[in-house]
Amino acid sequence: MNPTVDVETPVTTLVTVCEYDLLTPELGVAALAGALQVAVFRLDDGSVHAVQNLCPFSGASVMSRGITGSRGGEPTVASPLYKQVFSLLDGRCLADLDKQPRPGLGRDLAVYPVTLDGARVVVEVPLDAVLGGHGLLGSTGPLAGRALPGDSRP
Amino acid sequence: MITTEKIVVVGGGMVAHRFVEALRSRDTEGRFHVTVLAEEPRAPYDRVALTTYFTGRDPKELSLGDAGLWHDPLVSLQRESRVVAIDRQARTATDRHGRVFAWDHLVLATGSYAWTPPMDGATLPGCFVYRTIDDVAALNAWVVQRAEELGRPVHGAVIGGGLLGLEAAGALQELGATSTVIQFADRLMNLQVDEGGGNALARLIENLGVTVRCNTATKAVRADDRGRAARLTFTDGDDLKVDVVIFATGVRPRDDLARAAGLPIGERGGVVVDETCLTADPGISAIGEVACIQGACIGLVGPGYTMAEITVDRLLGGRATFPGADTAAKLKLLGVDVASFGDAFATTPGALELVYSDPVAGVYKKLVLTDDARTLLGGILVGDASAYSALRPLVGSNLGVDPAGWLLPEGAVERPSVELPDAATVCSCNNVTAGTIREAVCQQQCTDLAGVKACTRAGTSCGSCLPLVKKIMGNELARAGIQVSNALCEHFPLSRAQLFEAVQVAGLTTFSQILQRFGSGRGCDICKPTVASILASLWNEHVLADDRAALQDTNDRVMANMQKDGTYSVVPRVPGGEILPEHLILIGQIAQDHGLYTKITGGQRIDLFGARLEQLPQIWKRLVDAGMESGHAYGKSLRTVKSCVGSTWCRYGVQDSVGMAIALELRYRGLRSPHKLKLGVSGCARECAEARGKDVGVIATDRGWNVYVGGNGGFTPRHAQLLVEDVDDETLLRVIDRYLMFYIRTADRLQRTAAWQEEHEGGLDAIRAVIIDDSLGICADLDAHMARHIDSYEDEWKAVLNDPERLRQFTSFINAPDQPDPTLAYVEQRGQRRPATTEERDPAVLIAGSTLEVRR
Repeated sequence: MNPTVDVETPVTTLVTVCEYDLLTPELGVAALAGALQVAVFRLDDGSVHAVQNLCPFSGASVMSRGITGSRGGEPTVASPLYKQVFSLLDGRCLADLDKQPRPGLGRDLAVYPVTLDGARVVVEVPLDAVLGGHGLLGSTGPLAGRALPGDSRP
Repeated sequence: MITTEKIVVVGGGMVAHRFVEALRSRDTEGRFHVTVLAEEPRAPYDRVALTTYFTGRDPKELSLGDAGLWHDPLVSLQRESRVVAIDRQARTATDRHGRVFAWDHLVLATGSYAWTPPMDGATLPGCFVYRTIDDVAALNAWVVQRAEELGRPVHGAVIGGGLLGLEAAGALQELGATSTVIQFADRLMNLQVDEGGGNALARLIENLGVTVRCNTATKAVRADDRGRAARLTFTDGDDLKVDVVIFATGVRPRDDLARAAGLPIGERGGVVVDETCLTADPGISAIGEVACIQGACIGLVGPGYTMAEITVDRLLGGRATFPGADTAAKLKLLGVDVASFGDAFATTPGALELVYSDPVAGVYKKLVLTDDARTLLGGILVGDASAYSALRPLVGSNLGVDPAGWLLPEGAVERPSVELPDAATVCSCNNVTAGTIREAVCQQQCTDLAGVKACTRAGTSCGSCLPLVKKIMGNELARAGIQVSNALCEHFPLSRAQLFEAVQVAGLTTFSQILQRFGSGRGCDICKPTVASILASLWNEHVLADDRAALQDTNDRVMANMQKDGTYSVVPRVPGGEILPEHLILIGQIAQDHGLYTKITGGQRIDLFGARLEQLPQIWKRLVDAGMESGHAYGKSLRTVKSCVGSTWCRYGVQDSVGMAIALELRYRGLRSPHKLKLGVSGCARECAEARGKDVGVIATDRGWNVYVGGNGGFTPRHAQLLVEDVDDETLLRVIDRYLMFYIRTADRLQRTAAWQEEHEGGLDAIRAVIIDDSLGICADLDAHMARHIDSYEDEWKAVLNDPERLRQFTSFINAPDQPDPTLAYVEQRGQRRPATTEERDPAVLIAGSTLEVRR
């Protein structure tokens, strides 16, 4: 058999989020990895989950500010804008509330593997997303993080 | 442009009121202007409840519906304006002052007058009829005066043992007089009940101290030496000493105007109308007791209401026709239940009568059935009419195997459960059938009572059918496989109100305790914010304290309103809409510095849009340093108290509405509730603050304040209803304290006050009983709870600014706190910025640069 490149497995990179102890249980935070935003949740049971911060139904990067919970035992997060519910285990949209995702966006969330490196929380994310290859709503890696208007105040 | 057509209504009774109410609710284009010419010096009132005048209640409680109806610009009410002539050619009506009113359409709603038999002495002082507030007021004055003069209880007699006669006997009893009911027929209420029912009724009423004389014809009223009614003589030679006499011998239609105008009159009086309620003149309708419809005048308010609705429907181009009068009636006379419906006298050939009579308990019940003893034709219930609302719609239906189950005392046997046929009328006020309700549930997806009511109008008038509507809805939902459950969500089997009480009683203060005790799982975006709200309402601790931040809904979580792009808007409190120039300047300065979009809100304050999460603390620091505080625009809590400028500046204001609005806003600021709360205060009846569109509306009067409750904009706009009138400042605060607290404790999640008030068992009257008459004995508790809230208030934003731990939450990225969300993009519009649409976004330029890139 000829050796082939496994196209199903994207090249990934590791992003350090923060110290585990800085995460408040059930209260999500956002982390930046180049062009990609990740929502990270530490749950009451101590587990940590990471999903895309982009809410597919609003196009806004807000998932980290959603309410965590459960549906039949499966941990979930609800979008803070229009309240769609997603699984934190596999990102599946569990309740779309009769809404369609924004054009070009899938209805489920991407889920990223989380590991603990000592006391630090590390998330494994696809490299092309970090580089802006997915073109998430127009923002590109090199431009990310530039000052916004209105930040002139000392 | 629409030309307004003029409608003149002659008569100001209950049916006239219903006509105007129906017209104003259905004529949304404003095609018609309606003038009501009333004989009495007051707006239409509830004549049916006239006896309550004697139970020490305010006559104002007899008022019908929303008094605001009479302030509608398309409605004019002329009091003391009895019409003396109508001119069909000129299309005018002339009142007793000689004023002439032109009409395009005339509605005769003159009702009836109390008929007195032509007998000697019937007009002596001390003889009364029982029809209007003035009649009962005069009766009242007479009885009080005579009792004083005589130094003993006044002896009263009521001539006529029908419905009205028994009402009058009740009134005499309330006044402390003895009463004898003189009935010509062989039994009481001979039009509604049969002999057995009449006997049961007489026994029940005699137990209450009323003497009943049936089969007795009165010959004359004899006077004493001072010309006052003193003795009744009967045709059988007997007589009776009396001090006051009330004639309740029936009513006659007031058709004199129509007669004079040459309109056809029925054999036994009344203006003849067709099934659309039109008289022989297509420009004139007649409705209510004066109308002779299908050959007879009907002395009941229900069919009168139907005629009013039909006339409105026809005026608006509809095709409604009179369905025939439902003469079913359920009454409480002197505390005794009496009901009669359908073919109560078994006149249908072959009809069978099934009778249950218990003289000891004072109960008589009869069902009239078809000859196969299966189909219900009618019935009579005396002493216990609890089965009435279930039985009446079943007329014409198969009652099942054992109809006797309906006659036994409630709970004695399980009543056969019978499915109402689709054609059965459930709401007779609005003529809604069981089928219509089922359709609303299955076809139109109405899954709660409010939805069914809005969709069908069932239960929106008298509300007596609501339990039945609820039951039909429940059955239908169950059949459709929809669980009717008041559980909050999959984690809590309790409703919000139940959970509130449970948490209060158990004294729990954290979500994990509450979930462990009363719920299961890990919670969700439904129950977490609900518990957060309950905890805030109960213990008033900071919304971000301890484990609470993670419970809060989107906006409460960061104490700002999330907008569509994930940024926030900021609203500082501007109590009563009164703002210092330096605060205005500061707000403008902040907006400029941060490039925020500014807009004036509907609640008289200023909203700053487009602030990023991490900018919120620095913005709030400047506001708090200058003495401003959180406006709670983000919370299910008190938002604003809107006010007009009031008596301090306004030429017309009668009270200081701004001062009161500020006092209220500072009193209730931070109060967490099931849904947002908005208040309004107007300085005079012109109502510039639009207070009646608020949850609590306060309107100044010459003598104090009127308080209205349950107003609502939003999806289903509602005018607030009058709770108390002419109260002083202190009473005003106490009443609002209790109203709000009772609402907070008992409403459902996200239920606004309007819906709560409507669905609360017994409606606003029951709520009034709780918070004014303390019927549940909880007022002291409600007062203490509110006092605790007021005492423990702190500005949430100030508290957060002083707490580095909580401030950590206001970070864009935990690993890059100095970097804003790179996906935000804006364009300029009318000199300010707004979020870019998907089409306007361009990956290359939008966010670049320190000044705003604008696409044109």
